Amino acid sequence: MFEILKKTYLAPQVFKYLLHAPDIAQKALPGQFVIIRLDETGERIPITISDSDPTQGTLTFYVQAVGKTSLEMSLMKIGDFILDIVGPLGNPTEIKRFGTVVVIGGGFGIAAIHPIARALTHAGNKTIAILGARTRELVILEKELRSTSAEVHIATNDGSYGTQGLVTDVLKTMIEKKEPIDRVIAIGPLIMMKAVADLTRPCNIPTLVSMNPIMIDGTGMCGACRVTVDGKMKFACVDGPEFDGHSVDFEGLLNRLKTYLPEEAEAKEKYLKDTGGKCRIATIAQIYG
Amino acid sequence: MPDRDNSPNIRLKMKKDLHQNKVPRTPVPEQNPEERRKNFHEVSLGYTPAMAQLEASRCIQCKKPKCMIGCPVRVNIPEFIKKVAEGDFFAAARIIKETNSLPAVTGRVCPQEDQCEKHCVIGIKGEPLAIGKLERFVADYERLHQKETAIETDPPTGKKIAIIGAGPAGLAAAGDLAKWGHEVVIFEALHKPGGVLFYGIPEFRLPKEILEAELDYLKRLGIEIKVNYVIGKIKTLDELMERDGFNAIFIGTGAGLPYFLGISGENLNGVYSANEFLTRINLMHAWEFPVFDTPIHHHKTFAVIGGGNTALDAARTALRLPTTEKVLLVYRRSREELPARLEEIEHAEAEGIEFHYLANPIEIKGANGWVSEIICQKMQLGEPDASGRRRPQPVANSAFALKTDAVIIALGSGVNPLIAKSSTGLKTDSHGHIELVDPSINLTSRPGVFAGGDIVTGAATVISAMEAGKKAAEGIHHYVMNLEL
Ligand SMILES: Cc1cc2nc3c(=O)[nH]c(=O)nc-3n(C[C@H](O)[C@H](O)[C@H](O)COP(=O)(O)OP(=O)(O)OC[C@H]3O[C@@H](n4cnc5c(N)ncnc54)[C@H](O)[C@@H]3O)c2cc1C
Ligand SMILES: Cc1cc2nc3c(=O)[nH]c(=O)nc-3n(C[C@H](O)[C@H](O)[C@H](O)COP(=O)(O)OP(=O)(O)OC[C@H]3O[C@@H](n4cnc5c(N)ncnc54)[C@H](O)[C@@H]3O)c2cc1C
Ligand code: SF4
Ligand code: SF4
Ligand code: FES
Repeated sequence: MFEILKKTYLAPQVFKYLLHAPDIAQKALPGQFVIIRLDETGERIPITISDSDPTQGTLTFYVQAVGKTSLEMSLMKIGDFILDIVGPLGNPTEIKRFGTVVVIGGGFGIAAIHPIARALTHAGNKTIAILGARTRELVILEKELRSTSAEVHIATNDGSYGTQGLVTDVLKTMIEKKEPIDRVIAIGPLIMMKAVADLTRPCNIPTLVSMNPIMIDGTGMCGACRVTVDGKMKFACVDGPEFDGHSVDFEGLLNRLKTYLPEEAEAKEKYLKDTGGKCRIATIAQIYG
Repeated sequence: MPDRDNSPNIRLKMKKDLHQNKVPRTPVPEQNPEERRKNFHEVSLGYTPAMAQLEASRCIQCKKPKCMIGCPVRVNIPEFIKKVAEGDFFAAARIIKETNSLPAVTGRVCPQEDQCEKHCVIGIKGEPLAIGKLERFVADYERLHQKETAIETDPPTGKKIAIIGAGPAGLAAAGDLAKWGHEVVIFEALHKPGGVLFYGIPEFRLPKEILEAELDYLKRLGIEIKVNYVIGKIKTLDELMERDGFNAIFIGTGAGLPYFLGISGENLNGVYSANEFLTRINLMHAWEFPVFDTPIHHHKTFAVIGGGNTALDAARTALRLPTTEKVLLVYRRSREELPARLEEIEHAEAEGIEFHYLANPIEIKGANGWVSEIICQKMQLGEPDASGRRRPQPVANSAFALKTDAVIIALGSGVNPLIAKSSTGLKTDSHGHIELVDPSINLTSRPGVFAGGDIVTGAATVISAMEAGKKAAEGIHHYVMNLEL
């Protein structure tokens, strides 16, 4: 049982959680994730470890309420317990002195790049962060990233903040300006990661992306998380989640992520009905904001 | 209660009857196939006390019991059967438990036809004694009738032992070590202990309540089970020994890494490893979606590739899902070579699984991202290979298609490299199996670290994993106690 010590509303559908998980906090490194199960009937879902404090024994997660489980989590309160958290899983991000590294985050991916950016800066890199969101209020962790990165660029689809457009537009400008970039790490929606990889491929900039397939055990036992990298089958939970963006088969994963769409929708609808629509996304902000 | 052994007349008559094959093997009641193919209740209902006594009375109490040779843990078969015939089921249970700590499990899942029953002498002329069914009966009887008694353990030794993996190997090792007074902590990666017994073997073959009772017993022995602990990630072997003060470690992490075919189409939606499919159902209760949150897609047709217990479990589980109309089992050899337990094969046939023998998948085809058919090649059997089974060879120009909307791949599994990769001084072979430097006590190349079960042998059986766990427990006991000397 893992206690929720703090919960903060950050943006529509996005919550920050501070959890008590001392053993995992001892070991967690940037790039790793956990798998959580809220209760006895719950499913196992992967969540990135965005921060860990070994002395306090805490972990920080940022969760976007998109379906049944994340919605249910968004209704949990401080002092509530999460039944299972297993981790840290996956390989940590390779942290070395590369030179200039551009880290790109979209959606909950911003939460994942935050500890990576910090570690890279610590290792002596010039870290440039590019954050992408649909609109201004969905830009999270800006302050934290500004304090750990040399530069922070923001792109919003509607132009309400930063550059109007996509993260790739910002990256493209940098590349065109011939800024030296030794490495790119992109975490976010698959389409975004694919677009980044397509952009850096012709200029041979090493690019890492973090794969987010459906997972069950997270230990290499079920094979549900398989992705194709360089024509070979890899399990994202043990071989990844980060892979060379120029070698992964994005289309294959996009298709696999569709497997349970009808069931996910059914579970969400049922949950909304069972809770009397209490957690309609629009109202979340008011209840717990 | 008449003591049959001491009553020479009865024994003589039994011998005569047997010789004339007058007493057939007592059949075990089962749910009928029509009914059971759509439910998850146990298929075999087990003997009643009267049936068990009748079956036990067929044993001729051999002086040199051949049956025991076939049993990996040498259960004292004639002795326990004698007690069953006498109606003293508790005594029978005590005898079995001297060497086998999970009889309710092994009575159900041991491949008896290749082990104890294979060697039973009355099987030469007629049908062998139903040793497995009797073992199961005794264990069930005890579980249902025994009052909970205090368990006696040896005085505390002050030694701490870590067990990694709560499968049959780990559980068997933990049980013995706790009885001998050691402090035992089991670390299990999943959120439920049991290993394959929990996530792999389905309810209709091994009801979870049996496993729960067993785990309950271990907890009463004072064993702590820490779930959600992936050793190698949250802690390494070095940390367990150097920081957390464990005096010895047993690794029983099994062989859980699923193999795929390596053919095109394996990433289509509707293709599952047997592990994923069975885990969704057994561990995550996907068949009870949406009461439980984990879904399983409801297909009409499943094609299961493989012929072992895993393949049959997956096939029969698939059949039980509400929308399933047809389940095909595709195996590259013939019925004779099927490695699964005979009882499961017979049950699967009765339930209507369609067996396609001498067929080897070469491609999975899809439409709109989902499986639509598998292309197979006909095979023929050639010379026996290293495993002694005849090697299947493809027949030229024999490709054919089987229509299906889901494929479950059950080709066996390899070992997870997580622990070996994250620790120092642990030797493995080219397949990643942990090597033993002293197999008589299951000691690995690293002092104080023992291993056993599928992680050492590759995918094998529940009883052999338990045997390894027990052997290692003895090794560990000696090792940690000698430290004092
Ligand atoms: C390694 C890893 C790390 C992750 N870290 C985080 C994190 O830090 N914060 C966070 O909010 N989420 C994270 N996710 C995604 C999260 O696990 C899924 O969104 C999860 O399925 C949500 O469960 P649900 O029941 O709420 O929604 P579901 O009912 O499972 O899904 C709801 C909707 O989200 C879509 N969806 C499902 N899974 C994914 C996925 N993997 N990627 C994109 N869309 C998906 C579905 O298609 C559906 O439309 C991570 C995933 C992985 C693999
Ligand atoms: C579907 C199926 C059906 C079967 N049917 C039969 C049958 O009828 N009869 C029979 O005799 N045998 C059968 N077998 C084989 C038998 O189940 C195995 O041989 C046996 O379970 C092996 O036991 P084990 O303890 O070595 O490993 P497992 O049972 O595999 O248990 C290993 C445990 O270790 C855990 N683990 C793994 N890595 C770590 C880690 N790093 N840290 C912590 N924990 C970890 C796993 O989660 C698991 O719980 C079947 C196997 C399968 C898959
Ligand atoms: S443990 Fe298995 S092999 Fe041994 S007697 Fe029991 S059923 Fe037979
Ligand atoms: S071999 Fe058969 S008949 Fe003989 S003791 Fe064993 S079970 Fe009984
Ligand atoms: S989640 Fe099961 S193998 Fe990766």
